[in-house]
Amino acid sequence: MVVRTLLIRGMVVGLAAGLLSWLFSYSFGEPGIEGAIAFEERLSLAAGQSHGVELVSRGVQSTIGLGVALLLFGVAIGGLFAIAYAVAYGRIASLSPRATALVLAAGAFLAVFLVPFLKYPANPPASSEDSTVGQRTGLYLVLVLVSVILALASTALGRRLYPRVGAWNAALLASGLYVVTISVAMFVMPTVSETPADFPATVLYDFRLASLGNQVVLWATIGLLFGWLTDRSLRHRSPAGERVDSAPVV
Amino acid sequence: MAQAVPVPASTPIPLRIPLREVLPWAVFAGAILLSLLYLVGLDQGATSVFSGQLLHEFMHDGRHLLGVPCH
Repeated sequence: MVVRTLLIRGMVVGLAAGLLSWLFSYSFGEPGIEGAIAFEERLSLAAGQSHGVELVSRGVQSTIGLGVALLLFGVAIGGLFAIAYAVAYGRIASLSPRATALVLAAGAFLAVFLVPFLKYPANPPASSEDSTVGQRTGLYLVLVLVSVILALASTALGRRLYPRVGAWNAALLASGLYVVTISVAMFVMPTVSETPADFPATVLYDFRLASLGNQVVLWATIGLLFGWLTDRSLRHRSPAGERVDSAPVV
Repeated sequence: MAQAVPVPASTPIPLRIPLREVLPWAVFAGAILLSLLYLVGLDQGATSVFSGQLLHEFMHDGRHLLGVPCH
């Protein structure tokens, strides 16, 4: 197993995941964005302001713009996933290539996206204040970073406990440590509440659900597809059967 | 004594990639991929490497749905 191969595989898999997340977001995410923009326009109409000249039309933003952003995001996440996989493979208990990919994708989804999302969820247009974007971006990135560091530290602790308490207890203790420490971090960090009182609740709910679904599609595709391809290449590359034996079957 | 013959473990620990092999890839590819994430998610928002709003406006819907603070 070579890092270069894994990296290329990760980026290709990420591209495929980005494509699926594009389809998902176009179908289920765009209605929320359109609803938010309709609210925004009602506001500016009531205030008697004109919308101004659009630099990029809504038609481009909601199709190609959305697609390019999600494809590039998929490629970047897929590549970073591959690097993490190169480190994790053979180092998380004795998980098979496929199980390692799935566990890593699930863990990364939790630590990188879902947990920060609980504190600072995705916001549709017109539901946050323009002037605080710097502050909100900073807080969001800090929480993502803290979450990833705590997840890595908890995993390291789990690996040290594994020989003494077994896989089940080590995983429980590591998860427990992460839950407790990230809860403290999230409690301490400032809360952002800027959603206008009259922002349509259904639009906000649909948008956030779609944002969550988009990440589920992305990480699930990466975890499953990367695991499948890696498992297949390990089986193919061993004519004498030595590596087939060393790769446990799930 | 068939029972005394050591049976190969059914689930041996898989091969590992030495960390010093991963490190250069992690540094160089990691830097490029993180800059890509920055361009997709953050530039022309809270901070700007490229001036203007084109990148921000083009990626607008993706940024909102990816959950990064957009505007």
